[in-house]
Amino acid sequence: MKLAICSGPPTSGKTTVLKHVIKKLTNKGENTAFVKTDVQFACEDDFFAQELNIPTKKIYSGELCPDHCNVMILGDALEWAEKERATVLVVETAGLCLRCSPYVEGAFGMVVLEATSGMNLPKKIGPMLSLADIAVVTKIDLISQAEREVFRARILEVCPGMRIIESDALHGIGVEPIVKMIYNSSDMKEPIYLRGNPPIGTCTICVGKKEIGWKQHFGIVRPLDNQVFYRGE
Amino acid sequence: MEKIVRLERIGILGGYDKNGQPEPVREVEFNMGQVASIVGATGSGKTTLIKDVELLANKNTPSNRTITFNGIVPSEEYCPVPSDRLIALITQHTNFLSDMRVKDFLVTHASIRGSRGENSVVDETLMFANQLTGESIDTANVMTELSGGQTRALMIADAVVIGESPIILLDEIENAGIHRIKVLELLKQYKKIFIFVTHDPRITLLSDFRIVMKNGAMQKVIATNGEEKKVVEQVKKIDDLLLRLRAYIRNGEIITEFHLKE
Repeated sequence: MKLAICSGPPTSGKTTVLKHVIKKLTNKGENTAFVKTDVQFACEDDFFAQELNIPTKKIYSGELCPDHCNVMILGDALEWAEKERATVLVVETAGLCLRCSPYVEGAFGMVVLEATSGMNLPKKIGPMLSLADIAVVTKIDLISQAEREVFRARILEVCPGMRIIESDALHGIGVEPIVKMIYNSSDMKEPIYLRGNPPIGTCTICVGKKEIGWKQHFGIVRPLDNQVFYRGE
Repeated sequence: MEKIVRLERIGILGGYDKNGQPEPVREVEFNMGQVASIVGATGSGKTTLIKDVELLANKNTPSNRTITFNGIVPSEEYCPVPSDRLIALITQHTNFLSDMRVKDFLVTHASIRGSRGENSVVDETLMFANQLTGESIDTANVMTELSGGQTRALMIADAVVIGESPIILLDEIENAGIHRIKVLELLKQYKKIFIFVTHDPRITLLSDFRIVMKNGAMQKVIATNGEEKKVVEQVKKIDDLLLRLRAYIRNGEIITEFHLKE
């Protein structure tokens, strides 16, 4: 089973890009299964089931951070896709807190960004971009050529050597290299590890302590004027 | 990645019309230094044609056309990088979304382009743009505050001067209210390929040739020569009169018979 993980900010065009990629994978003889992870709403699974007639599933992460949710479910998802007789599992996930990234070792990782989201976006989104194998830039027809070039340069500033595809997602032009990379990737083998390091562990706010002020908290804390430090045992 | 050493000409190999029939024109070539127009009724496929050029179509767009460089079809590996490449497309829908100041933005663009002498190219760009606009661009303005005409003027100037794109595609820029004949004059000083999608008779007749579109297909290629070249002078007079009228109206004057004479 080959695995491809796609992340990117909401409305960036992940689904449209994946639609073209999956169609082309099918033409190459692959059977694709699709999983969508989101926090509280997603309908991409229905879209892919109807449009491409492939097995799909969705998972709401709810209380759990979506990238953590992805870690929890990915093993099961691969088993499910296996049962569905798929040869490729495509996972689409909403990148949200920008400290984690959903990519795993040995799988293909792709980030989808929209050119209209401001030229500084590449600097803001951390490992979702820097740990990807390929960055796809969508909605390129809506901004000036000049801004497009700056956007591209900013991506390369954050991750030199990153492969960038500017796609006319409407017709799926330019997606062939993505298809080729997924097609040529090798099958997943257990154990599977996250590609990046997760951010520093649970804080006391995460476990439900609501009182304001760092003096009320333990673990990694941060006063206004100082760097983070460890407080507690 | 393969680089095209020196671009001399680009070509369009014909695809299909809206009904899936092969289009009548099977090949058109554009040489460096040429100005071409694409004409036809709305919905006839003009924009689709320049989009094919912009996307370096390789039988992968709905029209099934192919774009060639110096007579050669570029490899798949070369295709997908619209920004570090040769073509700038400026349409009525292209916008600046950045809220940087004009000057800062141009400096940023010049620096990522590795332009020689950032300040001098920025000045040249602004000078170019200001010749096309009614009122000069204030460089302290934020990009998004520019008027529609100023935006289009600056995009053209930026693509020509900073972007140094050898191929520039302009989609119905006459609607932006910029000085379109000046655009043509200025552009002709740079040795590039300019393709206008236009409804404007004067721009069309000042082009080296025009492609006539219908039903999604290239119907004819007509070179501007002989009789048409003679007519250009008369068209110019009519057009100049209309431009003068526009200027009077913009200045708040009352239009009389007198204004039509001159």
